[in-house]
Formats: sequence, C-alpha cells, structure tokens
Amino acid sequence: MRMDLIQPFINSADAVLAQGLESPISIENLSMEEEAYRRKGIAAEVSLTGEIEGRIIFDVDLGTAVQLASRLAGVEVSETNDDLVREAVCELANQIIGNSVTTLNDQGFHFRVHPPTLHTSEQGSKSSEDTEALVMCFNTASGNVFMNVALRHHCRRALEHAAVAG
Amino acid sequence: MEKFAPVKRSEDGQPVRYLIVDDSVFARKNLARMVETFGGQVIGEAGDGVSAISEYDRLMPDIVLMDITMPQMEGIEAAEKIVRDHPSARIVMVSSVGYQENIVAALQRGARHFVQKPVKPEVLYEVIKYVMRDDGTTTRGAGAGA
Repeated sequence: MRMDLIQPFINSADAVLAQGLESPISIENLSMEEEAYRRKGIAAEVSLTGEIEGRIIFDVDLGTAVQLASRLAGVEVSETNDDLVREAVCELANQIIGNSVTTLNDQGFHFRVHPPTLHTSEQGSKSSEDTEALVMCFNTASGNVFMNVALRHHCRRALEHAAVAG
Repeated sequence: MEKFAPVKRSEDGQPVRYLIVDDSVFARKNLARMVETFGGQVIGEAGDGVSAISEYDRLMPDIVLMDITMPQMEGIEAAEKIVRDHPSARIVMVSSVGYQENIVAALQRGARHFVQKPVKPEVLYEVIKYVMRDDGTTTRGAGAGA
C-alpha cells in the first residue's frame, strides 16, 4: 500500500484524537491485515470513490466508545445511551477521515467522501492483491482506537482528471 | 467550556438565532452547546440539505451552521438554494472536509465562511462575530472570550 495515501490518516487521527480528548495519543501497532476484517466493537465505515477508492473503518470497543463519547460531549454518557455513543464514533470517524481527505485533495488526489455509516456485520471482506488493508491501533487515555484502511489509487482516473483539467 | 461575551443582534439586542444542519445528532448537540456559550439560541436543527431548506424558509434564522457531507442533498447545494431565495442568508459551512476546492465552491455558491471540524469554540466565535459584523454586537465585560 502506498504510504503517501496512509500518512494523512495517521496524522489526522493523531491530531483529532489529541484535540478531542485533550491528551496525547500514540500508535500502538501498525500492521497489514492478513485475514478478513473482524469488528471489535462500535465501527463506522466511510467509503471513498474517485481517483482513490476504498473504505476506512473506525472501530472501538464499547467501553472505549462510551469514554470517547463522554469526553467529546463534555457530559457523562451512559453505556445504555447506544444511539449517542454510536453517533459519537461516527462523528469522530467523520472528522478524522475528513481531515485526511482534505490533505489528500490538497496534494492533488481527487475523490469523493461519503457520509459515515455504522458497520454492523461481524466480519468484512478479506484484503485483495490490489486493495490491501492496513490496521492501525492508536492508544488513547480512553482506550484503544482501531482504524482499518483499505484504499487503492486509480492511475487511469487520475490521468483522465488531469486531461479534463487541461 | 470557555465563557464568551454574548453576541447579540444589533437591531433589537436579542440573541442570535441559529439553524444547525448536520447529519450527525452528536455534532448538532456539540455545536448547539457551543453557540449557547456565545449567547446564541438554537431555533432549529436539520439532518440533511433538503430539510435545511424547508427549515430555513420556516424559521428564517440569523445564522445557519451547515455541514457539507450529508445524505439526500449535500450542504453546498443546500446553501446555494437557500441563498438564491434569500440573498441575505448568513451560512457558515462547518465540515471536516476542508480542502481548497470545497471551500471555494462553498463560498462561490453563497456561504459566508468556512470552519473546519473538529471545531474550536474560539474559532467559531470569531467567525460568528465576523459574519454578524454589521448586524451584531458583543456585550463587553461578560466574559474573556477568545
């Protein structure tokens, strides 16, 4: 997988989580996914279409999600308030992925980001040769946050875009 | 959360009235909490561009805080339609997707300003004051603000 496509996601997760949680975070682990994706807890998925195509899954276990929601909302959020906890995870995913997309677009990649949706199935598709998935684990004061990034760059679409742009 | 000097409408000294448009309930609640610390009043919320247009027509808010990436109709298109019918509408785009092309498109279609998520209260406060500049006042001494 191209690291220039991945780095903005790492930077953005670092910045957004650190700002939202008001504490430093660190990357606990970074690995290529060998097997099919398995959901860990509450997961939000954002898909991208265009020159860069694929999906990013933002995944946290319930306990961490409750803590994240409480920190971000500035009030105690209960585990029973499922909707608000899920919304918080989706919004966090939206912010991290949106910031990464901003960087990639400003670097000249043209693609579209779709609104986050809850990823409810236990398992996702396995990585393929042209769409490898990279799994990042961020260690925060509220617990571990996982980001699973599977993207590919369409050279042909990039050339078409360049031709249209003149 | 920080205390800010309240921003009021200069015409009648009443709180600035907001319509908050975002497909995330969580984001709407956070923005509502933020504008309330600026002395504002949230008079409506919408979760997509189509509802934003009808809510604007119904409520005629002083400021719209509008997300971009939303289902049904995206924020930039909704902003364009609102401004076409209400040229004096004050729309501030609030989105995590803040690349130059997007910002330019939003401003060209009538948005007054752009704030990138995650929103810092002090940044949004300054934008609100700027957008309300001729029609708003701040009460000095009510808080340190930004």
